[in-house]
Amino acid sequence: MARIELVNLAHSYKAHPTSPSDYALLPMTMTWDDGGAYALLGPSGCGKTTLLNIISGLVIPSEGQVLFDGKDVTRLPTEARNIAQVFQFPVIYDTMTVRENLAFPLKNRGWKTADITKRVDQIAEILELTSDLKHRASGLTADAKQKISLGRGLVRPDVAAVLFDEPLTVIDPHLKWLLRRKLKEIHHELKLSLIYVTHDQVEALTFADQVVVMTQGEVVQVGSAQVLFEEPEHTFVGYFIGNPGMNLLPCSVSQNKVRINGLETSLSVPENFLHAVNNGSANNVIKLGIRPEFVECHATSIANSLPAQLSMVRNMGTHWLASCQLGEHKVAAKLRHEPGKVGSPIWLSFSSERTLFYVNDKRVR
Amino acid sequence: MRLELQGVSKKLGAETHLYPLTVALVPGAINIILGATLAGKTTLMRLMAGLDKPTEGKVIADGVDVTGVPVRERHLAMVYQQFINYPSLTVFENIASPLRIAGQLSEEHILSRVNAMAERLHISAFLDRHPAALSGGQQQRTALARALIKEAGLLLLDEPLVNLDYKLREELRSELTELFSSGKTTVVYATTEPLEALQLGGHTIVMHEGRLLQHGETLAIFNAPNSIQTARTFSDPPINLMPAKLDANGVATIDDAMHLPLSASQRACVVGRHEVVLGLRAHSLRLSSEHRNDYALHANVDLAEISGSETYVHFHHAGISLVAQLSGVHQLEIGVAATLYFQPEDVFIFDHDGALLFAPSQAGA
Repeated sequence: MARIELVNLAHSYKAHPTSPSDYALLPMTMTWDDGGAYALLGPSGCGKTTLLNIISGLVIPSEGQVLFDGKDVTRLPTEARNIAQVFQFPVIYDTMTVRENLAFPLKNRGWKTADITKRVDQIAEILELTSDLKHRASGLTADAKQKISLGRGLVRPDVAAVLFDEPLTVIDPHLKWLLRRKLKEIHHELKLSLIYVTHDQVEALTFADQVVVMTQGEVVQVGSAQVLFEEPEHTFVGYFIGNPGMNLLPCSVSQNKVRINGLETSLSVPENFLHAVNNGSANNVIKLGIRPEFVECHATSIANSLPAQLSMVRNMGTHWLASCQLGEHKVAAKLRHEPGKVGSPIWLSFSSERTLFYVNDKRVR
Repeated sequence: MRLELQGVSKKLGAETHLYPLTVALVPGAINIILGATLAGKTTLMRLMAGLDKPTEGKVIADGVDVTGVPVRERHLAMVYQQFINYPSLTVFENIASPLRIAGQLSEEHILSRVNAMAERLHISAFLDRHPAALSGGQQQRTALARALIKEAGLLLLDEPLVNLDYKLREELRSELTELFSSGKTTVVYATTEPLEALQLGGHTIVMHEGRLLQHGETLAIFNAPNSIQTARTFSDPPINLMPAKLDANGVATIDDAMHLPLSASQRACVVGRHEVVLGLRAHSLRLSSEHRNDYALHANVDLAEISGSETYVHFHHAGISLVAQLSGVHQLEIGVAATLYFQPEDVFIFDHDGALLFAPSQAGA
């Protein structure tokens, strides 16, 4: 297991990058602790796979360094990095039994037979593959094959890190639940350094201690699930995390009061935000953010509420989802009770504790 | 379009892909086919489309027997998991192609319809590009636009969002709900995901291993699944299932560890039975008591997964393993003791062979 450091790391597929848009990966410096579980989360094209490929050695970055336990591995080939990888689709030997498949990485390293048996038994038990050990891998379902791939990735205790590239994409929702939980248990038990690439926020947030959120080649925030949900530092994190994502409403400030659609609110505003708005460029984009979970809906006007209209109401079985038209903006709300019928008026209130402020997409506290 | 399947089945050699089933789609509405991989969703759709001929049974469209009538002679449109467009045509020509095939439409007419459709699917900016120069989301929007512009009476969508990023899926899903709300088209939408079905609403056909399990209003099925298998297929996170013994006083004993007194209405549904299976949806469990008659379950936490806006807690009580879906962020260490509460009335009761005996009323949900 290793501590992984990325030092001024950047990558451009162009020979002479000039503007930020020439970079697949914008300059970043980060340290990932030994034995941590990290997820790289973002939409297609955000640079997460490029970053994973740099760590695995498939891509040599155009700038900066990758260090494993302080040792520069930037230019080392994959096989010299001592890492294990699990891919989107199962990569296993069909002609071998499940046991032989799991034992393969250990056999290659010259492990003793008794030690191999012990370790394979341990991994098989965690992944509930014990009863399949004797079977040939070719006869198994796609799900079981992917479990073997996961097992092969996890079987060596001495790797610097295990890299996962969207390993649950082909798995049915029900089994996803099980495998996500298994991965988390394995991490707890074996203390391996795990790096997991996905576009699925549920997978990333449930799997990882720390989630690295990326968009357009930039790391916009690194944090725990709770921090990313409650304290998004960038509007992209607010939008991307949560279903639906955070409501991001353009607003203005006059006489130290925040206005939405010209309507005055009683929200308390951080000093730094007032300063940024009053002294900043007129071109600054000013927004407030509130999560649908924290929007309060009232059937009648109450103090400090904003008048809106219900444009969509849906019973989601476990909760209600409403879309409210607030002037020209749409505000999503997640509610425990039915808020009213489509078309009826509704009053929205935002609490100061749950409302965050953004200037040019960056949070100002 | 009114589409009815009468006793259709599909066999390939000795293998049965679809057991005989009879179902009438709800015209002008969204009809969801919900089921895991290999449930028979695609097989069923191909029979509806006329891409395959049923081994037995009839396909009736608007009262006319169309069994065996090939797809090109039927007025329908289909969108697949893979993004299928004409690679050599621009996005504009891709969308225009069904209108050109129909013939006898003026260029002016085609231009205005394509522009309007592109506008609705937010791809107006890419009309001059070729599909290969688009992101996956834009490619699938193009395929959807081409399908929608046909204004066919029947629109078949086979897991159309499964290959898209999580966040894009969420956005397109809510757009699709609006696009389909005109009521002119009968839409069939296959998915493996319960939450997708709930978000789309409409009516649902639940499938499992080639059999139709239940057909009805989406929310009604979610609230009262007719069998354990339907409840499993339609629960994410998985529904907690607990085999229980009943005594003469209407107390259900689970694993000799949990003694749950059933309510009068529950008792009325289990008269004369000694063995049942209790089902409790994950969202029915809470960390705090809200009602006087809440059942308190003293448990140990196996794992807490935080997904951003929700926390999934896996825990056990004696030999019973359960999962709870809690709203908000809850930090619970592995191994700690926690008390979970639920309303006995929120418990589903199934017969020992899986048939529904009691479903909770939705008033308090």
